[in-house]
Amino acid sequence: MIPRHLLIAVVVLLATTLGMGVYAWRIRGRVERTEASATNSQPVAPPAAGPSEQVTLYVANDEGGRLLPQAARIPLPSGRQERAQELLRALVDIYLGKSSPHVPGTGSEIRGVYLADPGLAVIDLNAAFANGHRSGVLVEELTLASLLATLSANIPAVTRVKVLVDGKERDTLAGHVDLTSFYDVSRVDQLVTQLATEP
Amino acid sequence: MRSNSAAASTAPDESIGGEGESRLPHSFPPSLVLGWLIALAAVLALSGSSEERQLSVYSRAANYSVAVVERNRVDYTGLLELLEPLGTVSAKASGDHWTFHYNDLEADFVAGRMRARVGGGDLNLPADFLLENSRGLVPLAGLSTLLPRILGGSITLNLSGRRLFVGEVAIHFTASVEKTVPPKLVMNFTSPVNPMIATEPGRLQMVFTHDPVVAPGSQTLTFDSKSIPSATFEESNGIAQLLVATVVPALASFSNDGRTITITPAAAPPMPNPPAQPPAQPPVPAARPAPAPPVVAPTEAGVPGGQHIFAVIDPAHGGDESGAVLTDQLQEKDVTLAFARRLRQVFTTHGLSAWLVRDGDLTLSLDQRAAMTNASGAAIYIVLHATSEGKGVRLYTALLPSGGENQGWFLDWETAQSSFEELSQMAAASVAGELANQQVLVHTLIAPLRPLNNVVTAALAIEVGPNNEDVSQLSSPEYQQGLAEAVASGVADLREKLEAQRK
Repeated sequence: MIPRHLLIAVVVLLATTLGMGVYAWRIRGRVERTEASATNSQPVAPPAAGPSEQVTLYVANDEGGRLLPQAARIPLPSGRQERAQELLRALVDIYLGKSSPHVPGTGSEIRGVYLADPGLAVIDLNAAFANGHRSGVLVEELTLASLLATLSANIPAVTRVKVLVDGKERDTLAGHVDLTSFYDVSRVDQLVTQLATEP
Repeated sequence: MRSNSAAASTAPDESIGGEGESRLPHSFPPSLVLGWLIALAAVLALSGSSEERQLSVYSRAANYSVAVVERNRVDYTGLLELLEPLGTVSAKASGDHWTFHYNDLEADFVAGRMRARVGGGDLNLPADFLLENSRGLVPLAGLSTLLPRILGGSITLNLSGRRLFVGEVAIHFTASVEKTVPPKLVMNFTSPVNPMIATEPGRLQMVFTHDPVVAPGSQTLTFDSKSIPSATFEESNGIAQLLVATVVPALASFSNDGRTITITPAAAPPMPNPPAQPPAQPPVPAARPAPAPPVVAPTEAGVPGGQHIFAVIDPAHGGDESGAVLTDQLQEKDVTLAFARRLRQVFTTHGLSAWLVRDGDLTLSLDQRAAMTNASGAAIYIVLHATSEGKGVRLYTALLPSGGENQGWFLDWETAQSSFEELSQMAAASVAGELANQQVLVHTLIAPLRPLNNVVTAALAIEVGPNNEDVSQLSSPEYQQGLAEAVASGVADLREKLEAQRK
């Protein structure tokens, strides 16, 4: 005959196992929901309100490693800072699209653009933008030049640009291109000219 | 045997249960305690935070490691996995019997028994042979008697360090301090080694993950030197490491094809002391705030400034920083190192002296790379990158950031390259011309790529991509040789101008 205390132990163990299983299942579901929301590529900000305007976006193309201007009409709000943000979000939307010429990491977003006097713009990328970015000098340079050129072409008062990731300084975008420095728009324009030409 | 084990384990349970029932109060039943303990153990086991235990095997055929598992407080390893890289192996389980073949030799083991039959003779293992899901596990301590019978040769087993040497493969070394100024610790190894090197306050650490380096006569070596007083050799979990105690930050340099490692106290970072006379060339820039001290000297022993070095070649990335993952098997740091070594060789054939910023798998910061280059007084700095994206080669010169206010003799660290931009671009154009002559697709650009902007000499970055769709071409000796020839020719064409700027 099986001792009573062993029976109780077995029952308790079974109950504990079952309980832990249910708990683990629920935790897993919760994590999946969290991950899904973390990688959601929908913009964090509400859609821009305002009249559509003609703008110039500098779009990188991995085929041939080129950066070329592209005209677009997008709704832009009246505030300078909001306009700057919408410009770059429109650019990133192109990259996140199905026929993307320059595929970014999943969940890439522009967290914000801040304009400070005199002529300084600070672009704040989200962590997924940098963490998911492909690694390489040219591929990183195309992204940086695209953001900076688009901003300076449409917000003329911008003369210097600094890029942050998740509100903090980061050494490189994905192991190569430097993000610790402030960049003069005039120097970036020189790079844009080089990237527009055929190798 | 299994039933015996079950019976043996049941008896103590019953006695514990019986005693516990009478001792514990009724409001706290022992079964509940037991249940919770088991549940807790399961949770801890599932968390799996412990380090993976391994046995490192060194042989002429291969150096590798196999997993070690603990059963009944005894370390075991799978015999099939252990010997698979060394010969033709097979095994068959039938009930409690496990028959193992290594080349032409047959061995029979029985689960739960210490006695085994190997090659027609019996031997005793120090613990039971175990059979788990048809996998034969032998106690580690038994390998010293078992393997010579199977392999037919001598082995050396370091049980505490979990390192196994098959045949005479061990690498020995000697270490002595040369009383130069500054004093240097010279270690000579019997074969080339490639340790990972890291520095931290008070010591320099060399980790030998794949080299069969063995301890010298004593685990601790003491030297008659105040700056390098001692070194300690340690082995654990299949890895050997040498910890060199240093009073000041130290540099490690390789020479003699990786057979000699020289440790020297680091030269002071290239801080710009105002010279008494105006310098012939621009002073070294002021370093960024509190840069880390350099950890690695150039490949040739000695301080770079002590030699006439024409080119500094920097294989980008290294150590903990792998760079881009080019394929499943290929990392950027490995391609850049191989290409750098080839480029150094080709430079030499052109009569140009060159040294590598790293000649092994080392972690170096960008500031350290720039500081070493500036201290070397070289005529040109070339940093190498590799990519699987796009075709051909990209040549980069510095895109200088904004700012850059020099103060007296002190140059701004971020824009130190500004006086050399034109020369760098000339070098890029010359190399681009040579590459184009070889039908290599080449694009010349500026790039915000450190440490180009921190270097006070002509500075060039080369990003090598495949010239066709095949990414594996990046590690092809023929492809690298062709590129190296073009780069060296392009630089050699500009030799006089490059030499002139540093006079």
